[in-house]
Amino acid sequence: MSRYRLIKDRISGNLFLVFTHLSILTVVLIGAGLYGKSVPILKQSSFFHLLFSSEWKPFKNQFGFLTYIVGSLIVTGLAIVIALPLSLLTAIFISEYMPRNLKRLLIPFIDLLSGIPPVVYGVWGVLTIVPFIQDKLAPHFVEFSSGYSALAGGVVLAVMIFPLIISILLEVFNTVPQELRDASFSLGANQWETVSHVVLKKSVPGILAATVLAVSRALGETIAVLMVCGNQALMPHSILDPVYPLPALIANNYGDMLSIPMYDSALMLSALILFVIIFLFNGISRIVLYRLERRSYA
Amino acid sequence: MTFESPHIRVKDLNVHIGDHHILKNICLDIPDKKITSFIGPSGCGKTTLLKTFNRLLDRDKEVRVSGEVLLDGEDIYGRQVEVTSMRRKMGLLSQRPFPLPMSIYDNIAYGPRIHGTRKKKELNQSVEYHLRATGLWEEVKDRLNSPATSLSIGQQQRLCLARGLAVEPEIILGDEPTSALDPLSTQRIEELFLQLKDKYTIVLVTHILRQARRVSDYIVFIYMGEIVEFGPTEELLLNPKEKLTREYVKGYIS
Repeated sequence: MSRYRLIKDRISGNLFLVFTHLSILTVVLIGAGLYGKSVPILKQSSFFHLLFSSEWKPFKNQFGFLTYIVGSLIVTGLAIVIALPLSLLTAIFISEYMPRNLKRLLIPFIDLLSGIPPVVYGVWGVLTIVPFIQDKLAPHFVEFSSGYSALAGGVVLAVMIFPLIISILLEVFNTVPQELRDASFSLGANQWETVSHVVLKKSVPGILAATVLAVSRALGETIAVLMVCGNQALMPHSILDPVYPLPALIANNYGDMLSIPMYDSALMLSALILFVIIFLFNGISRIVLYRLERRSYA
Repeated sequence: MTFESPHIRVKDLNVHIGDHHILKNICLDIPDKKITSFIGPSGCGKTTLLKTFNRLLDRDKEVRVSGEVLLDGEDIYGRQVEVTSMRRKMGLLSQRPFPLPMSIYDNIAYGPRIHGTRKKKELNQSVEYHLRATGLWEEVKDRLNSPATSLSIGQQQRLCLARGLAVEPEIILGDEPTSALDPLSTQRIEELFLQLKDKYTIVLVTHILRQARRVSDYIVFIYMGEIVEFGPTEELLLNPKEKLTREYVKGYIS
């Protein structure tokens, strides 16, 4: 009997080890695969030239990714700038101010929002955000905007990552012990003082982690952004100009344009760039988080 | 037992949490500048009673409190009462220390700061005074800016006490404040209580009868949400009038 239990324990342990390695291996394989496929174009011109050139003329064999990278960063940046403050305030309200029974009613709705398929958000963007920017907003600032713009992409993305950030933040606030709030209250602090000095302070690493996840999600989001951001490979002069983010480039062209030499390789490189951006971003935020946790009073 | 001018007077207090009737018709006088301990088995409502004193309980909508808790004659559940200034009169010490996520210095200065003290000098004085009052000053004076969590659990609990004293309360509420501490730290907290009772009214929830005997002047025995017996410490422990009390303290006496 004891022998049997020992064997079972060993087998299960090893099995988990194998699956863990497999999932880590997937990341490595994707990275290696993308790199392998982008070698031809990297042999032809230098990586930095590709990264910092904005000349995208596939027929002339010129592939500069700068406009795409800038497009991705602008749309993601806008989304975070719009979504983070809103979701922070919403999450604080739900977690700290709302009565518990209302909370129970509201949270499923927020979870439902994150379950809506991206294409629906895209359609919503085309039907409401794009015309709004074209008719109402843009005329105040620029001579012409079709409405299909970085701003439209940012707004649609913001709405998409909004529920994601809220649910993570709610989890984060939930881990702050009630006794800590009570300690603050018992000193005569009011709700706002308790939230700002205790709850938020204790949650800084969690808020950062939520932002990182939201940024990764926003950088990779394809279809909803592609439907509203205009997809023109031109360097934008304002957020009312169209942009062409990296995922949209891949989604729009992979499969169609592969007869052009090097196009395949260029698209793989763009995927690799996206991969590296997200990888670096995650890495840096890990380091920041680690520093924060070590230094913090949490 | 009633007193001439109790610091806290509880009248016909009933607490429901959801469908549960946690506290039933509590009438109780807490004497001024004495240590009063609540004893009783787990789940008898002693912590709930303590928390009704600084209104931490009724923030939850599922909790219904009826009756009166008079602080120096004024009902803290009255409409006119400003809860934050009322809470300020009561320092709370919880089962485990919960230092605020900031430095040792800021933990003490937190209360005075939110109540309007801005001058660095006054804050420094307050921090030093209250750290001395809890015997922490010598231990932490060289690292006031380190995180409060870098202290040992026993030190953290004394820090929490100092933090509570810094808002100059009248009453100290202790909810089993030594249950997470080692014997030595427990002893220090108990000694502090004995020192502090000259200036403060102290209410202590404890499940350690020996501790209740060591520190308290009066003991309240609570069972199933009701006060069974209330009397001077020695009398209640050695000469209980009620059968329930006798059975509960029996293990201690024999």
